Amino acid sequence: MSSVTSRAHSLRQRGVFGANASDRVFRWGLFVFAASVLAIIVVLGYELAHASLPSMRHFGWRFLITSRWDPVHYVFGALPFVYGTLVSSFLALLIAVPIGLGAAVFLAELSPRWLRGPVSFLVELLAAVPSIVYGLWGIFVLLPALRPVQVWLGQHLGFLPLFQGPAYGIGMMAAGLILAIMVIPFITAVSREVLQAVPASQREAAYALGATRWEALRGPVFRYARAGILGAIILGLGRAVGETMAVTMVIGNRPDISLSLLSPSYTLASALANEFLEATVQIHTSALLELALILFAITVVINAIARAMLWSVSRGMAQGVRE
Amino acid sequence: MTSAPRRTRSRVWEAKRKAANGTMWIVACTATVAAVIPLVVILYYVAAHGLPALNIAFFTQLPKPPGETGGGMANAIVGTLVLVGLASAIGLPIGILGGVYLAEFGNNRFGWGVRFAADVLAGVPSIVIGILVWVIVVVPMHSFSALAGGVALGIMMIPTVMRTTEELVRLVPLSQREAALSLGATQWRTVFKVVLLAAKGGIITGVLLAVARIAGETAPLLLTTLGNSFWSTRLDRPIASLPLQIFQYAISPWDDWHAKAWAASLLLVLLITVLSIAARYVTRGRLRAVR
Repeated sequence: MSSVTSRAHSLRQRGVFGANASDRVFRWGLFVFAASVLAIIVVLGYELAHASLPSMRHFGWRFLITSRWDPVHYVFGALPFVYGTLVSSFLALLIAVPIGLGAAVFLAELSPRWLRGPVSFLVELLAAVPSIVYGLWGIFVLLPALRPVQVWLGQHLGFLPLFQGPAYGIGMMAAGLILAIMVIPFITAVSREVLQAVPASQREAAYALGATRWEALRGPVFRYARAGILGAIILGLGRAVGETMAVTMVIGNRPDISLSLLSPSYTLASALANEFLEATVQIHTSALLELALILFAITVVINAIARAMLWSVSRGMAQGVRE
Repeated sequence: MTSAPRRTRSRVWEAKRKAANGTMWIVACTATVAAVIPLVVILYYVAAHGLPALNIAFFTQLPKPPGETGGGMANAIVGTLVLVGLASAIGLPIGILGGVYLAEFGNNRFGWGVRFAADVLAGVPSIVIGILVWVIVVVPMHSFSALAGGVALGIMMIPTVMRTTEELVRLVPLSQREAALSLGATQWRTVFKVVLLAAKGGIITGVLLAVARIAGETAPLLLTTLGNSFWSTRLDRPIASLPLQIFQYAISPWDDWHAKAWAASLLLVLLITVLSIAARYVTRGRLRAVR
């Protein structure tokens, strides 16, 4: 691919490309369309920062460490939402990473050829099912099924701070579970591609030395794919952090910080979905916009790190690895 | 004499290695089953609850007032089609032409910046896109509108379409460009008449996948289109859509509305499955990288 483009480049230098006036217009036209993506990101950051200025001025840095969210008394703090977002995403990764990686290993290394296509398609379909459908399923199937499990956990492991309080069904545990289900296909699909991009020579060299499949995988293949797999996991984290509808429908939407997985919680994204249109006072809207700014900042950082890692695996792969 | 104990030790070692290999096999297979089970379970419930409620009235009638049974989601079905059309009108030109730029002229710092921005934009939560459009479209227009929803969904389409187009345009052999140029074609003619034509199948795949991605989006529509329980196709007015209707019905207390929410979910899942299969069919495994 690089040879194709470098040859195109030399053609351009020799004046074959872009000599014509209409071609210059064409090129600048395309430039504008490409630049619009950069513009969207810049405008997004600017508008969110601008609109949350009143809240920033009023609350300052305390906004980030205040754990009270009380629209009635105009006291706003982001901590419960940041906590809920991070904990629910962490829970999701705890479940999704082993399953996602295992499935990726199966698809990339072990699966017979005839099974690979259909299973990959199922995984991709799982990634394409809309969030709202997961939410609907969560409300009517997952929550009723979860309640007895939570009662049991409360009775037998209730001495742990993780499982204290009444079992509502809705709450942090349900959110973590539904996020895990939604993140698994992403981690599977991206890390499968990373594994498949490992040169065959890495495996063949290990096999030639008498390694079993697992030994080849654990040693040369994983070492080669490490950064890419980490990138896949971080990409999954980004998905979980920004997920809105399904989480809003099962997490209980209460801005409290509680160690217990059984208690209702709130995330940045679900606060925006629930309260944004109900906010009537300017400072409330502004505080919500600051939540959006925080969410935007978190996802930009996460995605930047993930992309840097995926790109580092191999420059040429950068086109191949997307969600 | 001395080799005998070593041989037994190596036999134990061999057995351990084989056991580790077998364990890995089982773990990976279990994980794959665990990854696929939720899909099967969700599809089962969507089909089982959705099919009984999917009747003619669902497609032809308007929603009944809260608490009354019957009615359908005709307005939401049309609304989703309108929104997808609007989004495509906004997102496809930017995505496709931007992708052509990246493939043809994008091997510089600016190109890498755009690629990076597209990847970041793909990761921005949809609710944040909704808020952006609320700020720049809904507030100035003083009204929630179908247009605002189309802008939000259009923005979400851009990264997928742009990166797929770039990838596919890059795969068109340079010799085809050279052939066109040597016949005296200008560059823009070469791109539109030769390169884009050659890359057509793959670009359609990207478009189908982008549509599948946005057709079920709910969060941005919540803040931009608001939803509407009456018939409306006006672009400057709030409009109904399937995902929003599902949300509204799911959190309502009425069983009839719950059944309709399942039916609408089934419709959405079917639409997305068809789009995904069509996307696969268009490229027919020609490109591993394109999903």
